[in-house]
Amino acid sequence: MTLDQGTTAGHGSHDAAHEHELAFWRKYIFSTDHKIIGIQDGFTSLFFLFFGFTLMMLMRWQLAYPGEPVPGLYFIIPIAAIGGAIAIVTAIRRSYLSLAGVVFLGLAGVVWFLVTGDERMPEGIMLPEFYNQLGAMHGTIMVFLGIVPLAVGAFGNYVVPLQIGAPDMAFPKLNMVSYWVYFVGGLVMLGSFFVPGGAANSGWTSYTPLAIIATTGQTLWLLGMVFIITSSLLGSINFITTIVQLRAKGLSFMRLPFFVWAQFVTAFLLLLGFPPLEAAAAMQLMDRLVGTSFFLPSGLVVSGVAVEVSGGGSPLLWQHLFWFLAHPEVYVLILPAMGIIAEVIANNTRKPLWGYKSMVYSIIFIGFMSFIVWAHHMFLTGMGTVISAFFQTTTMIISIPSVVILTALFVSLWGGSIRFNTPMLFALAFLPMFGIGGLTGLPLGLAPTDVPLHDTYYVIGHFHYIVAPGTIFAMFAGIYYWFPKVTGRRLNETLGKIHFWGSFAAMNFIFMPMLIQGLAGVSRRLWDGGAEFAHAQEVLYLNEVMSVAAWVLAIFQLPFIFNFFRTIRKGKKVSENIWEATTLEWAAAPTPPPHGNFVVIPEVHRGPYEYSLPGQEKDYTPQNQLAEA
Amino acid sequence: MEEIPYTATARPDTGVYNAKLGTWLFLASEVMLFGALFSSYILLRVGAAEWPHGADILSVPIGTFNTLVLIASSVTMVMSWASLKMNDFRKYKIFMGLTILLALVFLVVKTFEYNDKFSHHLFPGTSTFLAIYFTLTGLHALHIIGGVIVNSYFWGPGRRMWKTEPERFTNRVEVAGLYWHFVDLVWIFLFPVLYLL
Repeated sequence: MTLDQGTTAGHGSHDAAHEHELAFWRKYIFSTDHKIIGIQDGFTSLFFLFFGFTLMMLMRWQLAYPGEPVPGLYFIIPIAAIGGAIAIVTAIRRSYLSLAGVVFLGLAGVVWFLVTGDERMPEGIMLPEFYNQLGAMHGTIMVFLGIVPLAVGAFGNYVVPLQIGAPDMAFPKLNMVSYWVYFVGGLVMLGSFFVPGGAANSGWTSYTPLAIIATTGQTLWLLGMVFIITSSLLGSINFITTIVQLRAKGLSFMRLPFFVWAQFVTAFLLLLGFPPLEAAAAMQLMDRLVGTSFFLPSGLVVSGVAVEVSGGGSPLLWQHLFWFLAHPEVYVLILPAMGIIAEVIANNTRKPLWGYKSMVYSIIFIGFMSFIVWAHHMFLTGMGTVISAFFQTTTMIISIPSVVILTALFVSLWGGSIRFNTPMLFALAFLPMFGIGGLTGLPLGLAPTDVPLHDTYYVIGHFHYIVAPGTIFAMFAGIYYWFPKVTGRRLNETLGKIHFWGSFAAMNFIFMPMLIQGLAGVSRRLWDGGAEFAHAQEVLYLNEVMSVAAWVLAIFQLPFIFNFFRTIRKGKKVSENIWEATTLEWAAAPTPPPHGNFVVIPEVHRGPYEYSLPGQEKDYTPQNQLAEA
Repeated sequence: MEEIPYTATARPDTGVYNAKLGTWLFLASEVMLFGALFSSYILLRVGAAEWPHGADILSVPIGTFNTLVLIASSVTMVMSWASLKMNDFRKYKIFMGLTILLALVFLVVKTFEYNDKFSHHLFPGTSTFLAIYFTLTGLHALHIIGGVIVNSYFWGPGRRMWKTEPERFTNRVEVAGLYWHFVDLVWIFLFPVLYLL
């Protein structure tokens, strides 16, 4: 760091030449560059999101038309067609993106495997056991293999070092290991569909004792989780160290972009929340493989037969350990989303964020509080009114900072000259969608109202409003916003707007009926969607509405997929700072950024969102711009 | 390309170098890992109809011996780092070697202890006490093995860094020491909880 600028530049060109010599597999496969790793995470997690969504589309058929054969080909043909098209087109262009086509074809193969076979779908009719597998794996894949790696692994990895003016992450090799451990975890989870008895089928929560007496798939689920947890731990250590140690000169904590703050708090949640789940997974593995009974009570009877275990275990212990992670995990899903939304909104309203400091304090407070609300998932376990009272109080308290952040984002819109581009549309939709998700959560946080709503479709509707039109919309906003940074090309706006409006409408037709069904008392875990129950009859027609909406949602992802792959090669080339943004990744780094990110490490002189400063020539003043003399 | 800063020297405003902060964060997660297991121990014990006295099943003398072995290894670990600080590489090799040796002694003793339990038909599935005993000490033993691997690397092939970047090498030994002391500390909690209470 004592090098002067001249030698630094010399160093840079030398390294660029050296980089050129790196073999393909060192540069793109086992890369230590945070940008490549971010892209790897992005592709992998988008694949898993797509796969998790496919599982759900299969389930939605069964829910809408219980007991009728699934027209499996309707699911396979489109996926195979996409894969084939990408593979052929990219192969002609000799692009490494052919890999994506091959992956889609592989996915079609996996789906073909799933919709055949007598132990899953005899004559196309879905067995209840298989429905349970799909349910458990949809949840697991979407949360642990889809959204977290996308929000943290992809966006965090790519954007954070750029936004704080760092040449890379603090531990580049660890970063690479983190990705590959996640990759292996994903393979283990995928592979679990192929073992006898199929994948895990005890829900994504793996409640005991059910999970302990479940088929082999559960063992693979636990092993997969150990890999995923390890990956997250390595990642979180890297993020915190990077943000604390590698901030550019002048970039104090209160000058950090809100996105960096969100990643910072998220990393702490992952760091401290995941180890208890790892301990719990180890204990469940012991129960399953070595014959201990951590989670098995004395006198357990399964299917009329007494189980021979030493007993003395506590099924509730699993729930405590699981939710001690899984509640902070909920915030892991939403905080990075809030960070992205804050970036996009500040940039497209051309105004500073309203209440930046309150937002920062709120997100820290959320991070802290998220560790003491977990038992609001357990009001029905009979843990007692005193404990319930404690946890419903903390739950009400944690809603306050969330409301502060949402309000600040809403007020930020006030009086701005808003640019309605695709990322901004997704960001604007996030606000009311997250609002609905948050408000429908309040009755679940209070024990008396949770009692009738627990385990109904209301719960599903509630948290999907947060993670689907909430977090996933934020992910789309982020993809449209940072895509030009990564590739130097901008995604097509018209296709983007079709993608947005279609997804927006479809999402609401999927999740709003869930709230209605839930209020009517329909349980969330029914293989036939409630057809057998008298109280569900009046809202049964909604099953078809939701299913059709889910397939429509899939159709509206096609413009996105097309746009995504087309733009990488053929999209419109853009200027260095296409959004006229103030933060360092746009203002100081070349587009796309080279290995090492910056030609000269920037120095920061001001806060993150200095838009429309009075007396300035332009309506944005980058963080690295010197104060006017 | 710019090199990643603060790999060897501390950042002035935070006062630490990268690896040190990273190691402390890792140890924080380790605290949560063992904390969850200790909490489980408490919950299971509180909920149990009866709970054996640890000393009736486990051998306190062997446990005490192993405790002393680990404490000694912590001392030699500090000495190895201090030797590097004082530029005495020969002493570093001696003390680091001793640390590894003591860790191996611990593992050998632990293996005999496990074997003794198995030969008396005491398995993890026998009772909840033995379940938590084997889980906690097994996980701890895995941490010891991890430490032996890391320390052996710095004693063996990794020591070449002393010639090229002595400061960074000293830092590496320091953070390996942080980890090693943590693993010892876990045992200091494990021993009374499992053997004496």
